[in-house]
Formats: sequence, structure tokens, C-alpha cells
Amino acid sequence: MFVRYLAVLVMAIVSSAALAERLVITGSSTVAPLVLEMAKRYEVANPGTRIDVQTGGSSRGIRDARMGAADIGMVSRALTQRESDLSGYVIALDGIGMVVHKSNPVTSLTDDQVVAIYRGEIKNWQEVGGLDQEISVVNKAEGRSTLELFLKHFKLRNSQIKAQVIIGDNQQGIKTIAGNPGAIGYVSIGAAEYEETRGTDIKRLLMAGVEASVASVKSGDFPLSRPLSIVVGKRQSDLSRDFITFCQSTEVDDLINAQYFVVPERQLAVEL
Amino acid sequence: MLNLSSTEQALKVRGQGLDRLVQGLLLVSALFCAGLLLLILGFLLSESLPVLVDGRWRQFFTLEGWYPLEQLFGLAPMLLASLLLGLGALLLALPLGLCSALFIEYYAPYVLAKSFHWLINLLAGIPSVVFGLWGLTQLVPILNKIEPPGASLLAGILVLALMIIPTVTLTSLAALRAQPKSIMTGAIALGMRRFSRVALIMVPAAWKGIIAGGLLALARALGETMAVIMVAGNVVQFPDNLMAPVRAMTANIALEMAYAMDFHRAGLFVSGFLLTLLVIIVAWIAAQLTKSANV
Repeated sequence: MFVRYLAVLVMAIVSSAALAERLVITGSSTVAPLVLEMAKRYEVANPGTRIDVQTGGSSRGIRDARMGAADIGMVSRALTQRESDLSGYVIALDGIGMVVHKSNPVTSLTDDQVVAIYRGEIKNWQEVGGLDQEISVVNKAEGRSTLELFLKHFKLRNSQIKAQVIIGDNQQGIKTIAGNPGAIGYVSIGAAEYEETRGTDIKRLLMAGVEASVASVKSGDFPLSRPLSIVVGKRQSDLSRDFITFCQSTEVDDLINAQYFVVPERQLAVEL
Repeated sequence: MLNLSSTEQALKVRGQGLDRLVQGLLLVSALFCAGLLLLILGFLLSESLPVLVDGRWRQFFTLEGWYPLEQLFGLAPMLLASLLLGLGALLLALPLGLCSALFIEYYAPYVLAKSFHWLINLLAGIPSVVFGLWGLTQLVPILNKIEPPGASLLAGILVLALMIIPTVTLTSLAALRAQPKSIMTGAIALGMRRFSRVALIMVPAAWKGIIAGGLLALARALGETMAVIMVAGNVVQFPDNLMAPVRAMTANIALEMAYAMDFHRAGLFVSGFLLTLLVIIVAWIAAQLTKSANV
């Protein structure tokens, strides 16, 4: 009896799995929330498909897409030479902005000042025109694409940075800065702008005189921005090709805007 | 007649079969659990083996910095940080937890003791990420006013202590209740005051069990990840004071594992292996204490 039930159960599971077309997407925690929303909309439009979105960083997205552990990888930076075996598709743009506590009177820092602060050469806000207050440098943990982009832009090595707090994701960074009047950190502009408009105690700094906003990233004026892409390896299913086309269509523009990312120029959305 | 006896026989055989089946099932599940632990240990070892074999593990203990992007891997600061966080938390939680247990068992009126006990049980069930969130948004800003950045060894110790106080309370309570009733009644018969009965008789009688419980709580503190990531600052360094930010080994694994490759990955497995060994040693000491306490 029991065995028969078990057999029926197994058959039910197997057949339902066979019926639902499944897509596994892994990678950058910056891209994941966006892809998750896109996937939900895609699932509604295409009944019978199931899309699993898992985070774990851009490196994991690359690795999983390459090794076939996932159908699609998510990457929050441009692909490098060594990753030319993968094809990447830009689905949105994001900028990295310097963020301080709302009460900080400083509104702008030069690149040299940012470097000096991160190297521990400037320790007090007074030295850059702020209050007499100790600076708490907030840095990201190794492996995050935000860190790599930041280091590359400011030509720093991570061992040169004298940080007081090291954080994992954007949300933890924003909460850390909001709770520390002397803090400076860098997070996704989309996330920072969203939190700032919701009244969180943070403030974005001008970078090289350019406002750190979704608008300036879109216009291409903002110096520190990055493409958010999805990547696939050599073997691609029809489903993943179809999903990629969907993610690059105008049907998802409102989802990109809702998360304060930037819609790429559609006619320029070419393969990386 | 023939029919009946054959049924009886069939029943008997089936009964034996059932017994054997249950025994087999229990054996399989017990072996499964034990095997799982061995598999985990073996897996940790095999993943960290490449580094252990070629001697590069030495730099885990000689270098002071941890910069995977630059191929610098020093584990020592994080090992120290984990130990300091765990021991600091235990130092705070042990007296507080013991006092709570004594209060419940010997001092509080029945209703208060019941509700306090219930409260402690509740506290034990709060997920660690909630403690972390509270620490990040409430505790760290307060410490930040005293000395920036606020995310520090002290913040980690305080949050961990809060997390393990219920464990210490419950295990101390169990250790006190495991003592024979005759000790207490004897002390009462001798006319000892309540304070003397508790401080001079019960606590000394149960101390091994109390310490063993504390060690189990220490193992939990050593393994805690999420709350520590959120409040301890995660800077890899030897802390020079309580307000310095530190990174625990668990935090290091959680922050970097998803992104780590090659030697970096092996390094994280080595720290996982070390941590597991540390917890096993602590648990073993606790087990020895409990064993000798029960004799």
C-alpha cells in the first residue's frame, strides 16, 4: 500500500517537473531583485515556466553560467577578456555613489579626497570642510563587484584602504551609514536614491561635480557607473533565449525604473 | 486448527520481521546522522587539503592581513577575534544567566518564576538575524556616539551575550534541578539561610553542569554568523581595544564564500575546518564535565 502511494507521489512529482519548463538564474545580488521581478512577469505571461533566482555575487554568476550549474548568470560589471567565452546582455545600468550621513554638511569630494579618506590620510571631516568629526570609512567585503569597480576607478588596492566597517550588501551599508554621523561609504545609486527619498538618514555626494542620480547615470555623465547584465554560456535553451529577449524589451522598463536602476538605450542594447 | 496455528506462526514471523525492520530503520538513521558529520568533516578536509599539503597554510598564521584580491591570506586576526567575541560574550552571559536561573528556581514567587521562565524560552527562540538587526540599528549608533565607528568588538560581544543568556539560563536551571533533593532538604534542616543554601550548597554542587552549559553556549557564540556580520564591523585586524572593529571567522566565510575561487576558497574552507575543530573541542570539554557531574 505504502509503496504504491510512494510510487504515485514520485510519478506526480516527476511529471509536474517535466511539464514546467525550468530556468535557474544565479549571480549578483545587485541584479537579482530586478531579474526576480522580470521573472515573475515572465512566468505570468508564460504559464508553465518556472524561474528560480538565486544570489551569490557576480563571480558565482560567471562560474555557474560557464559550468552549466545555472542557465543564466547575473553580473553587475562589464565582462573581462577572460570571460569572452560567455555572451552577456545588458538589461540595466547602475551607478556607484559616495554616500554620507544626512547630517554631514559636506556635499562634494574630489577623487583625491576620496582616495585620501579611504587610505586613512584624512581622518577628520574638518580637513575636507566638514564638522570636527572622526571619519568612519565603510568598505565592501572582497569579491563584491561594487568593491572591484570602486578600487578600479580610484586606482586603489584593497590593502591600502583603512576601513572602520566592512559590509556585505547595499542594505547593510545604507543602515550602517544612516546610524553613524561620521560615516562615508559607497553603494548603488539606485538603492541610495530610493532610500534617501524614503527618508533614510543618508546623503549622496557629488562626484567630480556630477550629481549621483539615476538621471546622470542614464545620460552617461556619471563617472562611476556599470552595466547590469545577464550572461549565458555556449549551451542555451530556447527558454533562456526567449527570457533574455524579454529582459531587453520595453516590457520591463517600469520594473527597472521601480528599482531605481536605469533603462539602457534600447537601440544600443547590444551584445557585450 | 491447522489454519489457526499457521496464522499464529505467520503473526510471530511477521512480528519478528517488524522488530527487525524497526531496528534496521533506527540503525540506518543513526548511522546516517553520524555519517553526515563525518562527511562534513571529510568534505572540509578535502576542500582545504590542497593548501594543507603544499605548506601554504603557514601564511594563514604568519600574515596579519587578509586581502584575497592580492593573494594575502592571514587568518590569525580572525581566529583571535572569534575567540575574543565568544569568550567575552560568555563572560557576560554566564553570571547573568546563572543569576536568572537562581532567581527562577529559588527566589521568584511561583507566577513570576513561570512567566520569567517562559520569557527566557521566548528569548532563546528569537532568530539571530533579529538580534543583529537590533544591534545594527540601535546598539551600534549608541556606541558610535561614545567612540566611532560603533561597529566593534564590544558591539559583537554585547549582542552575542544577549543571544546566549537564555541558553546559559536554561542549562544552569537544568544543572541545578539535576541535584538530589536531599541536598536542599538537608541544608534547610541545618537551618541555613536561603542565600547560604543557594550560594554555598547548590551552586557549588551544580558547578560542573553550569560550566558545561556555558561551554555549549560558547560553541553557539563561536558559530554565530549573521548577528556578528551586522554589528562587529568586519575589519580584519588584531583589535587593540574593545571599540575596535573585528571580523569573526564565520563572518569571513559568509561574506566571501559566494565569491571565492581557488586558493581563496581553500582558505575559507581551512577557516571552516578550524572553526569546526574548535567547536568540537569545546563540546568535548562540556561532555567531560557533564559526565563527571553525573557520577
